[in-house]
Formats: sequence, structure tokens, C-alpha cells
Amino acid sequence: MATLTIPQIEQKANDIRRDVIKMLAAAGSGHSAGPLGLSDIFAALYFNVMNIRPEEPEWVDRDVFFLSNGHCVPVQYASMAEAGYFPVEELLTLRKLGSRLQGHPEREKLPGLENTSGPLGSGLSQASGYAYSLQYIDENPQRFVYVMMGDGELNEGNIWEAAMFAGKYKLSQLIAFVDRNNIQIDGTTEDVMPLEDLKGKWEAFGWHVVEIDGHNITSIIDATSQARAITNRPTVIIAHTIPGKGVDFMEYNYKWHGMPPNAEQAKEALEDLRTLGGQITHEGAGV
Amino acid sequence: MSYQLNPQLFSDDVKLEPIRAGFGRGLKAAGEANVNVVALCADLTESTQMHLFRDAFLKRFIEVGVAEQNLVTVASGLARAGKIPFTSSYAAFSPGRNWEQIRTTVALNNQPVKIVGSHAGVSVGPDGATHQMLEDIALMRVLPNMVVVAPGDSIEAEKATRAIAENGKPSYIRLAREKTPVFSTDESPFEIGKAYVLQEGTDVTLLGTGTMTYELLLAAKLLKEQGIDAEVVHVPTIKPLDENTILASARKTGRVVTAEEAQAAGGFGSAVAEFLSSTLPMPVKRIGMNDRFGESGAPAELIDYFGMSGKKMAKTISEFIEQMPQYHQN
Repeated sequence: MATLTIPQIEQKANDIRRDVIKMLAAAGSGHSAGPLGLSDIFAALYFNVMNIRPEEPEWVDRDVFFLSNGHCVPVQYASMAEAGYFPVEELLTLRKLGSRLQGHPEREKLPGLENTSGPLGSGLSQASGYAYSLQYIDENPQRFVYVMMGDGELNEGNIWEAAMFAGKYKLSQLIAFVDRNNIQIDGTTEDVMPLEDLKGKWEAFGWHVVEIDGHNITSIIDATSQARAITNRPTVIIAHTIPGKGVDFMEYNYKWHGMPPNAEQAKEALEDLRTLGGQITHEGAGV
Repeated sequence: MSYQLNPQLFSDDVKLEPIRAGFGRGLKAAGEANVNVVALCADLTESTQMHLFRDAFLKRFIEVGVAEQNLVTVASGLARAGKIPFTSSYAAFSPGRNWEQIRTTVALNNQPVKIVGSHAGVSVGPDGATHQMLEDIALMRVLPNMVVVAPGDSIEAEKATRAIAENGKPSYIRLAREKTPVFSTDESPFEIGKAYVLQEGTDVTLLGTGTMTYELLLAAKLLKEQGIDAEVVHVPTIKPLDENTILASARKTGRVVTAEEAQAAGGFGSAVAEFLSSTLPMPVKRIGMNDRFGESGAPAELIDYFGMSGKKMAKTISEFIEQMPQYHQN
């Protein structure tokens, strides 16, 4: 793929948001807030950070991406379609019978997916297994393993088992993201089950920790460059994001966690996105 | 060609060895044959006999600590990277504790992760009910894509381990802690998905899996003294079931008894009953644990106490034969 400029990647993020709204409205079910909040990170990953060949999903030298919070998969599908893994029109089959785009991602259904997820807490372990294989068995330092986790998902014990494991083995080719949007289904993360001191927790497990504005493309790219340069520890990027980012009536509202927009709301949301254009990265991320 | 049983089968000095010991040898052999075989353990390396592999292939051995959820999910990632991961723990913990992770990241994800559940059944003995896994066969056989194997002795466990390493599928292998008689020989056949007629008979079909096959051979010997001619079939692969062999034997004898060192509900016997009920409905007696947990005791004592010794089963089988008419087609 040709290298895109930062404004071009920002535009991609907006295209991804538009796709997400359309997909969810067509599906009539699914999660809105998380995918919109993650669009900038996914645009950066699929259009700059990861060494991938969309036309050759099983390319042996590729970087791999594991989605742990499977309910956010609409943003991954949209990014993959925009990157050329499959036609953009196919996005409208999301959650429909016979579709390759399952409500939660299934590896065997769609080339380009590395794992199957939905039940929370298992993605970091799978990414750690892959990273272990690269570092210790294949001894191939050229490839990197990216994984996305939600913050509510960090309630799961499986995550911390994996955090201990990756820390013990100093899996330096493992680069994890936490989508720190502060919401989960029953309310805010700090009300449901407090996560802070989140940075301190990861550091205590032996990780290098970077905190960024998850809507700033330059910050996202810089954080991953730093992570690849750290060769004695795994890195976690705590990305502060706004749930529902880009759609005014969805932002910061946990009620949009598990809801799709109806036709009218989708129309309003798409109008919101059109006015934003490529300017969304200049806002604060509510850190 | 008839199955070659150990000639010392009923002698006092029949060779005894834990089934898990065969797994340990098989895993090392599988590692020699294929560089992609890797092994992961949750702080029970010697107990599950993975130390043979660890000592031979340190680079391909991964200690994950007491973390069974991580055990299988890390393995799922290794499989995505082209490896053939064997994960071992006690069956009570894996697949007991981490079943959802197995369901999503191994079975649905269709990765060739091998779940090795050691110390299954009441023959774990003094550790008691918490460690005597009895529900694993039921848990694993209901998962789509999953292969389920319960070897009958240590020689077969070695062969089964090597076969599973190369089958390309999510697989569960069930092992026992205690020394048990070796009834097969190096020359005995083993193939995933195949059942073996160990001894022919006409009055009743006795289907055994895992440690229960040897006990059924003992039961058949006792039944013979009562004039009952039992056919003994060893079924090491619970899924996929060898329907042809089971059906041929059931058709011949018209009565079926199953035996497993596990809950009688939902496991091997249920698989047989499900199959026969839709193919050739006939009386099926399922021997196993009857909706209760085990308890502490000596292994042989517990097997007998819960009605799974050859002697106890002979009595159960002869009562079943008295009560149930022999089924004949038409």
C-alpha cells in the first residue's frame, strides 16, 4: 500500500466511522460506541502501522492483529474493507444469515481475521502465544503482534494471567492496546469495577506503558514506533478515547455501548460525520 | 485379524503402568517427529509426564504457571502461528475450569490445540472429589470440531498421543493417574475413530473406554463362568464414534452395556445410546458414576465401591441380561 499522509489517515478514520454507522443501521443490532471510539486507532493500524498485504491475508511475513473485545468487530470489518481485504459493499451483510461478517468475529469465516472472539478476556493470551512463537521458537524479530482490548474487559482474570505471562517472557514483539473509554454495559468502569491505577498495574506486571490520546493519529503511530523499539518488555498503549466519537448524541453516553442507531439516528449521525471531515483529531480526548 | 491382547492379561504379574506415562513417551516421540509440536503446562509438569518432552526440547516447552485459562488461550495463539500445542493439567482444571476458552478459542476457532486432561476419574483416589474429574467426557464431546480420546492403557496412550499430534484438529485426550494393567501390546492397532473387538461373544456387547476396558475384560471372564458369552469392545475414541463396529456388535448380541470412569450421564454411554436410539433402538445399560461425586479412598477400593470393578460390573451385567430380552431385528 502507498504511504498515506496523516490527513489522509484521518479521512480514512472518518470513512470507517461512516461505514460503521451504515453497517449497524443495516444490521439492526450491534455495538455503536466502541467501534466509533476506535476508528482512529484502526485507521492508523490498517493504513500505516501494520505490515500487511490485504490481497494476501496469509502472507507469511505479515504483522498480526488480534481483537480481544470481539463486540467491536464492526470497526475491524470496516477497516479491512477500506484496506482492500474484501468489497466495501459486503459490510452491509453484517450479522445477516450466510454472511462472512459474523456478529462477533470468526476466524474461519473471513480471511484476514487471526482469531475468534466475543467472550471477553482471551485475546491477550492468544496474541501472547503468537508473540512467544515468533520470539522464542521461530526467532523471527521482524514481525509484530498487535492486540486490542476493551477497558471493561480488564475485569476478566484471564487478561491478568496473560499479563503475567507476557511479562515473565518479556514478549517484546507484543504490542497491546487498551481502549480506555471508561464505559462498560452497566455504567462507568470506575463504578462497575475500578481499574485505576491502570498504568501502575501494567507496570507492576513488567510492561512498558504508554498513555495517548486515542484520537490523535500521530500519537498512535508514534506510540507503536516506540513499542517496536523496546526490546526487553511487552508494551501496552493505554489509548484514551471517547465512546461514540464523531457522533454528537452518542459521545460519552454508555447507553450506546450495545445499541445500533435506527434509520433516523443513522441519518443524523452521518450528517455529524460529514461536518467533521478531517478535523476530529484536534479535539481533546477527555484524558 | 483378531486383536492381540497381552498374553499376561489375567496373570498376577501383568504389567502395571499409569496411562499418563504412555502420554509422556508419546509426546516426546511426537516432538522428535515434528518440530512444530510444542508443550505447555500449568505447574504440573512431572505429574502430567511432560517432563520427558521438556528435558528433550526445552525451547519448545512453555511453563504458564497455575493459570488454566491462559494455558489454552496461549496455545490457541501458538496454533495460529503454525504450532501444534499440547496443553496439560489435571482434567478437573483443564477442561474443568477453562471450558469456555476451549469452546471459543480452540473449538469454534478450529485450531489444532491438544487438551490433555490427566488424573481423570475416581481412581485419582485420596485427593477426593475436587480432583476426581467425572464430567470431562460430557463437556468435551458436545463441542463441535473436537476429537475425544480416552486410551485404555499406557501403550495405547503413547500411540494415541502420536496420532493426535498429526490429526490437525482440536483434540482432548483423557489420562488416568493410577497404575493400571496393560492389556494391549506394541503390535495392537490404534487409529483415531476406531473401536476394537477384543473378545467375541453372542449374548451381550460390553463397550469400554479408558480404564474401564480392562475391568470389562475381567467382568467378561466372570460372566463366562456363569455361561454368559460377552463380546468386549474397546472404544478409545469417544468422538468420532466408530459407529460401524458398535452397530455390528450390537446387531449380533442384541444387548449393550457401556462402562466409563465418569458420570454415566452425558458421556461415553450417552454417546452410544444416542447413536443406537436412532439407528437400532435396544436396551443399553450405562455403567459409570450415577449423578454423584466421588470421595477420598484408595483407587481400587473406590472403583469397586462405585460399582466399576470387573466383579461388580459382572453382577450388574448379569442382572441386566436377566431383565432385558435380547433385541432382534424384525
